[in-house]
Amino acid sequence: MTDRSAVYARIIELIEPLNTKKVPLLEATTFAGDMEMDSLTVMDLVASMEDEWDIMIPLNMLPDLETIGQVADAVHGLVQKKG
Amino acid sequence: MTVDLLSKYDSLIAEHAGLLSTGIRDPFGIVMEKVISPTEAIIKGRHTILLGTYNYMGMTFDPDVIAAGETALREFGAGTTGSRVLNGTYQTHAACEEALKDFYGTSHAMVFSTGYQANLGMVSTLAGKGDFIILDADSHASIYDGCKMSNADIVRFRHNDAGDLEKRLKRLPADAGKLVVLEGVYSMLGDIAPLPELVAIAKAHGAMVLVDEAHGMGFFGEHGRGVYEEQGVADDVDFVVGTFSKSVGTVGGFCVSNHPKFEILRLVCRPYTFTASLPPAVVACAATSIRKLMTAHDKRARLWEATRRLHGGLKARGFKLATETPESAIVSVLMPNQETTALMWSTLIELGVYVNMSRPPATPAGVFLLRCSICALHSNEQIDTVLGRFAEAAARCRLPLVESQAA
Ligand SMILES: Cc1ncc(COP(=O)(O)O)c(C=O)c1O
Repeated sequence: MTDRSAVYARIIELIEPLNTKKVPLLEATTFAGDMEMDSLTVMDLVASMEDEWDIMIPLNMLPDLETIGQVADAVHGLVQKKG
Repeated sequence: MTVDLLSKYDSLIAEHAGLLSTGIRDPFGIVMEKVISPTEAIIKGRHTILLGTYNYMGMTFDPDVIAAGETALREFGAGTTGSRVLNGTYQTHAACEEALKDFYGTSHAMVFSTGYQANLGMVSTLAGKGDFIILDADSHASIYDGCKMSNADIVRFRHNDAGDLEKRLKRLPADAGKLVVLEGVYSMLGDIAPLPELVAIAKAHGAMVLVDEAHGMGFFGEHGRGVYEEQGVADDVDFVVGTFSKSVGTVGGFCVSNHPKFEILRLVCRPYTFTASLPPAVVACAATSIRKLMTAHDKRARLWEATRRLHGGLKARGFKLATETPESAIVSVLMPNQETTALMWSTLIELGVYVNMSRPPATPAGVFLLRCSICALHSNEQIDTVLGRFAEAAARCRLPLVESQAA
């Protein structure tokens, strides 16, 4: 069982090296807006999360995942569903 | 108050203006004033060697191709003014699909108005809600857009990485419909796919396979069908997509297949149905070109020879190339950053060489490229001239080169 705070903490670790603008990483920080990540970087980041938790986050889900908090919720949900 | 819908592009507008303010020519605003041959044009009054056209087999000025187009233009008129499924299928379109079936040895062929539309249509129509599309990370924009247009779940795997493909396929439900989309040649770096491994994994996981051979048609494989033919995986590929805008030398797109239910796609594939068909002259040119490409063995050999000459020559002069050896007729030169790429590109234009400038997001992972595509009609003298001009441009732009590499 992985709780949300653990998921969130690990996601922050995965994002950190890609945070070239050095913006504060908070629940409400957005990938495209605040961090100015391009779509390729976002897709690579998502792939690393998929591998981290052995889950699948289809690309078509990405438009709904704008903030770090939303990603944490989605990953946490997928991890729970996996059991 | 009206919100200016174009203001979202302000940063791009500023970036582009910044590029041009350095005094360089607009890399995306080239006009060919006169086209002399498949390898030469006049640009801004200057005689220029074309090295970025994808006109691999030099069919654009083939006399038989031109004659077929002229005849069709006279006999069938300038355009069809209609969809393929209404009034837009002429005898010329049927003949073009026959030529494709003969070229590919398949039972079905469907001609679209562009290759972009062929990918858009095939990918979005094959995979629907509840299905999965599994695509290579470096896939062409038309494949990504086809995914967006479908209602399927989209899974992306690391470029040309069989292990990563397998890992991602394993996460999918066994009973779901799956389409694995691959390309024979990847047009940015000019590298080719390890299709036997990728296709075997796709098949082992119950997926159907579509291969885009846009940059492989004409000179890979015994019949010039593409990388999938050369690598011997034809029996396991369900759909091949291609274009007439590269080796065939005109415009148009297609999909060929042996699937027994293939013909129904004509009625459900929106980018096929809801657009006008190609002009008769275009499909007549394509059909003639395709039939000539079947047996163009000498041209194929010549294309590879010219490609090796360019790749080896650039390497010997210290340029960093995207592939260690020439894998396709695309030779990509790696550049350090946007400014140097633009300056090199602009200097080459001043010296009379046209290549493609490519930058993210069209390129993978922050890579800047000067992309050369070779034509079977490039002479050794032209290639040597180009090599000299590349060296000259590098000196003028102070591009760091690698010390003596053996070719
Ligand atoms: C891999 C790939 N697929 C499809 C296309 C689209 O072809 P077309 O120019 O016919 O739209 C291209 C060319 O841009 C391509 O490079």
